[in-house]
Amino acid sequence: MHPGRALLVALAALLLAAAPALASERHPTQGEMEGEIICPTCHTTLDQSDSPIAQRMKAFIARRIAAGDTRTQIENKLIATFGESVVARPSTHGFDLLAWLLPLAGILAGAVVLGVAAWGWTRRRPPPSAGGPPLDPELERRVDEELARFES
Amino acid sequence: MKVVRVGGQALAVALVAGLLALLIWKVAHQVGNATIASEVHKGKDPAAPTFDLPRLGGGTMASSSLLGKAQVVNFWASWCVPCRDEAPLLQHASQRYARQLVVLGIDHQDFAGDARGFVHHYRVTYPTVVDKNDKLYTKYGLTGVPETFCTDRSGRVVAHVPGAVTRDTLNRCIQDALSS
Repeated sequence: MHPGRALLVALAALLLAAAPALASERHPTQGEMEGEIICPTCHTTLDQSDSPIAQRMKAFIARRIAAGDTRTQIENKLIATFGESVVARPSTHGFDLLAWLLPLAGILAGAVVLGVAAWGWTRRRPPPSAGGPPLDPELERRVDEELARFES
Repeated sequence: MKVVRVGGQALAVALVAGLLALLIWKVAHQVGNATIASEVHKGKDPAAPTFDLPRLGGGTMASSSLLGKAQVVNFWASWCVPCRDEAPLLQHASQRYARQLVVLGIDHQDFAGDARGFVHHYRVTYPTVVDKNDKLYTKYGLTGVPETFCTDRSGRVVAHVPGAVTRDTLNRCIQDALSS
């Protein structure tokens, strides 16, 4: 494929993948938000909680969605009231940053290990020989005899 | 190849050891500090935590403004059903003991509008601060709301009532605070 065309295809794929995320950011659904927000008293996501505060939070989210707020705006309002732990993902600072960095470090370390191992495997493979080891003379004689008998 | 293998093994061991150390540090960090509630239940009189928090009605309030006064510190939330039962008792106590102590409400995990509605509905006139990021909740070592602590004039926490106060438990808490 032409490099320019390949780049266009990759760009189109990226846009296709980004479109739902963008729509979800601009117009989040109640179900999406309830699956991402943690009930501060029962420590489960809102969709799994029916506690009084969870019900209040669900009502708040419904009002904010109706008012046209984006996902980030709703999350920020909830964080301002209940703190960072209200969002069901680790924060990007302090100890919680490790939750983001460790998987990336693991993937990188895995790639390095795999690369090194693959390099070692390719280097250890013996060079292919042209004719292989010479046959035992007795065995060679018997093979010749069998072939001659087969051909006759 | 042997060097690579040994290096890989050393890296794996170092990684596991590092993660283990992080886990131990985190656990030790979380349980390292004794809470006010646990200290009171051991019979000690720990110093009440200091604070500087937003007031529900606007502005801020610092613990330094309460120096020299006995206090009834009540953690509550508008969505908390037992809090509705105890609010009239606390309001009555705040008026009855107005010259001797301060009742302080600490609103926890709540929408400001809901909290203001609660205060208006139960005609609460004593000051209420908003416990941003659960700082006081954590320091006091609560397990839920409502819970109430009483401090004496020197700022020592002398009594703890887990759950909603009743007339009796609130009176006992106040007497502990005033008699210390």
